[in-house]
Amino acid sequence: MLLKRNTVLPGFRLAGGFTVFYLSLIVLIPLGAMFVRASSLTWGSFWEIVTAPRVLASYKLSLGTAFAAASINAVFGFLVAWVLVRYPFPGKKLVDALVDLPFALPTAVAGISLTTLYAPKGWIGQFLEPLGLKVAFTPLGIVVALVFIGLPFVVRTVQPVLEEIEKESEEAAESLGATRWQTFRLVIFPCLVPSLLAGFAMAFARGLGEYGSVVFISGNMPMKTEITPLLIMTKLEQFDYPGATALGISMLAASFLMLLVINLLQWWSGKRLGRG
Amino acid sequence: MNIELKNISKNFGQFAALKSVNLKVDGGELVALLGPSGSGKTTLLRIIAGLETADAGSVLYNGEDSSTKSLRERRVGFVFQHYALFRHMTVFENIAFGLRVRPRAQRPSNAEIEDRVMKLLKLVQLENLSHRYPSQLSGGQRQRVALSRALAVEPSVLLLDEPFGALDAHVRKDLRRWLRKLHDEVHLTSVFVTHDQEEALEVADRVVVMNEGVIEQAGTPEEVYHHPNSPFVFRFLGDVNLFHSRMEDGKARLGPNGHLKEGSEESCVFVRPHLIDVKTQSDGSEHFAARVRHINAAGPNVKLELMTANGEAVDVTLTQEQYRALGIAKNDQVFATAREMKVFVEDYSI
Amino acid sequence: MSVVIGKRESIRTRAVQCAFIAAALLFLFFFLGIPLVSVFYEALHEGLRAYGSALVTADARSAIFLTLLVAGIAVPLNLVFGIAAAWLIARFDFHGKSLLLTLIDLPFSVSPVISGLIYVLIFGMQGLLGPWLFDHDIQIIFAVPGLVLATIFVTFPFVARELIPVMQQIGSEEEEAALLLGASGLQTFLRVTLPNIKWGLLYGVILCNARAMGEFGAVSVVSGHIRGKTNTMPLHVEILYNEYNFAAAFAMASVLTLLALATLVAKSLVEWKFADARGGSVRYVATMEKKIS
Repeated sequence: MLLKRNTVLPGFRLAGGFTVFYLSLIVLIPLGAMFVRASSLTWGSFWEIVTAPRVLASYKLSLGTAFAAASINAVFGFLVAWVLVRYPFPGKKLVDALVDLPFALPTAVAGISLTTLYAPKGWIGQFLEPLGLKVAFTPLGIVVALVFIGLPFVVRTVQPVLEEIEKESEEAAESLGATRWQTFRLVIFPCLVPSLLAGFAMAFARGLGEYGSVVFISGNMPMKTEITPLLIMTKLEQFDYPGATALGISMLAASFLMLLVINLLQWWSGKRLGRG
Repeated sequence: MNIELKNISKNFGQFAALKSVNLKVDGGELVALLGPSGSGKTTLLRIIAGLETADAGSVLYNGEDSSTKSLRERRVGFVFQHYALFRHMTVFENIAFGLRVRPRAQRPSNAEIEDRVMKLLKLVQLENLSHRYPSQLSGGQRQRVALSRALAVEPSVLLLDEPFGALDAHVRKDLRRWLRKLHDEVHLTSVFVTHDQEEALEVADRVVVMNEGVIEQAGTPEEVYHHPNSPFVFRFLGDVNLFHSRMEDGKARLGPNGHLKEGSEESCVFVRPHLIDVKTQSDGSEHFAARVRHINAAGPNVKLELMTANGEAVDVTLTQEQYRALGIAKNDQVFATAREMKVFVEDYSI
Repeated sequence: MSVVIGKRESIRTRAVQCAFIAAALLFLFFFLGIPLVSVFYEALHEGLRAYGSALVTADARSAIFLTLLVAGIAVPLNLVFGIAAAWLIARFDFHGKSLLLTLIDLPFSVSPVISGLIYVLIFGMQGLLGPWLFDHDIQIIFAVPGLVLATIFVTFPFVARELIPVMQQIGSEEEEAALLLGASGLQTFLRVTLPNIKWGLLYGVILCNARAMGEFGAVSVVSGHIRGKTNTMPLHVEILYNEYNFAAAFAMASVLTLLALATLVAKSLVEWKFADARGGSVRYVATMEKKIS
C-alpha cells in the first residue's frame, strides 16, 4: 500500500498491516481457496454440475422467490418509510425501532416462528387453508420468510433520503400550481427512485443467499421447494465437495454481480442527493 | 525564534499548491499570510507547523532544518480555523492537555498545571468558564480557549489558521485588537493566515500577499498598501477602479476615449475610489466626464457610482462634506480627476 | 405549509394519511408483530415450568455457553479489526482504498452457507489442509474453532462499517492538535480519538454481537451438530424443532428473541445518545450501517 499524501498522523503501517493481514486471513484466503478447489474441476464437469436439472430448479426458485419478496418489500417498505417520515402517530418511535427486528432476530427463530404461524393449523394458516392457500412448505412460504428477512432494507434506504428532501422544493411545486399527486410524481418520487432500487437490490441479494429462515418453512423438496443454499448444504452433507464448490462459485458470482449493482445504485443515489 | 522557508514546493496531485516559496519570519514578529482561497497560504502554514511535508525545500527554525524533528520537538502552538477543541473535555482539561501528555519526568505536578491553566484563563478572561464544555461556548470564547491551549505548552512559535474566520463581524474586531495586544505582551514569533485584507493590515507587523502558490509581495502594511508591486496586490488590498488604457510617450492616458489603438502598448490603470476628485464644472484638466448612476450616502463616506461615456462603471468615495459641497444628484453630469493612479504595463489578467 | 388548504381537502388529506398509516401498520403487524408474539406464546403455552426446564437441560446450557464463548472471541477480534480498518480508511489517503472498502463489505453480500463452506473446503477432512490437520490431531471443522471462524466471517464488517463514517465525519483536526501539543500516537488515540468514537464503537459492537450470537447458516455448515459440543443456541433451536419438541425449541428461541429486543433497545439508546453528542446528524450514519447489514 502506498500513501497518496503524507500526513503526520501515526499508525499507517500498523493499521494497514493489521487490516490487510486480518482481511486476508479471514476473507481473501478462504474465498481464494474455494477457487483453488474449483480449479480441480474441468470446465465441462463444472458446467454439468451448475446446470443439472435439480440445480436449475433451485436457481429458478431462489431467483423467483427473492424477486417476489423484494418487490413486496419495495412497495410496503416504501409505504412504511413514507408513513414514518411524513405522518405523526402515537408509538412512532417504537415502530421505527421495531423495523430493525429482522436484522436483530436470529434467522432460525424467524424460521420456526413463521412456519408455526403459516402451518395449516397455525394462527394465520388456519384462515388461509379454507381459501385453498397453502403457505408453509410451498414456494409461497419461502416468499413470506424472505419478506420478513428483507423488510428493513427498503425502509432504511428510502427513509434518510425522504428525510433529506427539502420541504421547499415541494412547496415550490405547489406554489407553481402542481397538485399533490403531481408534486409526488414529478418532484418527490424521482428523488427516491435510486434509493428505492438500492433497497430492492439489497433485499433481493439478501433473499438469494438466505438460509436460516427458509429451511424451516420451505419443506425442502427437491425440484419443488429446494433453494440453492440448501442444495449446497445437501451436497456437503453427502461429502460431494466438488458439487458444493461449483454451486458455491455460481452463487458467489451472483453475489458479486449484486454487489456491483448495489454500489452503482448507491453511487447514483448519492449523486442525486448532491453528495457526489 | 525565527523561521526561514527555502524553496518550498507542494503539489496535491496535479495541482501545484506552492511553487518554490521563500520567506523569512524574524523572531518576535507577527506576520500575516494574506491571499484568496486556493492561494496556498493555509498549506504554507501547515508546512511550517509540520502538519504537511513539503515536496521540495526546507523549513529552518533558528537556522536549523526541522524536517527531522517530530511534532513534539518542534514546540509549535497551532490554532485551527475551527479550533479543534477536544469536545469531550472541559475548557480546563483542553488547556491542560499539552501539559498532561508530557513524559512523566517533564510533567508538571497537578498543582502547577492548575496554576498555569488558571493563569492562562485569566489572560483570556475566561476564568469562570473552566468547567464548561466546548459546545457550551460561543465562537469567540472557543477561539480564546484554543489560543490558551496552544500557549499552555510555551511554544516557540504561534501559528493561527484563519483565526477570526468563523466569527461574527463585531467579535472579530474585538479579538483582532486583543490578539495584537497579546502579541505585544508576549512577543512570540507568530504567523497567521487570513483572506481578509483589513485584518492583515490592521494586526500584522508584516503582510505576505500570496496568490496561486507564490508570494506576490511581502512588506509592512504601509508598503504593501501604498506601494503594491503587482495588479493582484493592488486589487486585493482594497477597492479599486480598473481602466483600460494605452501608453503614450511612456504615460498612461486615462479617459473615455481610451479605446485601444492597434499596436499601441496595452496597460491597465488602477485608481482607488477615494483618490478621485469630482467636479460639476469642467475646467479642461479633468480626466473624463461621467454621469452619476447611483448615490449611497449612508455611512461615514458617500459612495458614487459613475458611468463614463463609453459605458465603464467607476466607483468614487467622497467624504460627507465633499458630497454636500458638490450638491449633485442622480443622473447629473460630473467631471472626474484621479489624484493618484498606478499603472501596470504587464499582464493584468487576474 | 404555505399553501392554504381548503377544509374539504384537509379532511380528505387526513383520511388518506390514516389509510396509509393503517396499511403500513397492518403490514408490520402481520410480518413483525405476530411472529414476535407467537415466539413467546409458543414458548410459554405449556406453562412456566416446562419453559424453565427446557432452558436448564445440559444440552441447553452447553449451547448457551458455547454461544457466549463464540461471541466472546469473535466480537473483540472484529472490534480490533474495525478500529484498525477505520483508522486506516478514515485517516489516510492511499491507493486501493475503495477496493479495500469493497472487500471489507464482502462478507455482507455472501450467503451464510458460503461463509461456512469456504472453511470446510480448507479445514475439512477433504479440505486443502484437512490431511495435515488430521495428522497433527487438530480439529477445526465440527469443533469450536470452526464456529469461531465462521462467526468472525459473517460479523466481519460491522464495527469497521460503523466507525468509518463516524471517524470521517469527526475529521482529524483534534488528533493533529493533540500531536502538536506533544501527545504521542498512543496518547492521541486513547485520549482524543477513542472518547470521540465511543458511541459509534458501541453501536457497532451491539450489532456485531447480535449477529454473532444469532448466526445460523454459517455455523450450521461448520458445526456438525454435535449435541453438547458444537451446538450454539440457534443450532439447538433447530435440533429441538426437528425433533418436534416445539415448546423447548421456542423456549430457546424466546431467549434469542429477548436478546434481539435488548439489542434494539440498546441500539435506539445509543442512537439517541449519539444524536445528542453529534447534534443529530447521526441518523445518516446509523442508516448507512443498516443499508449494508
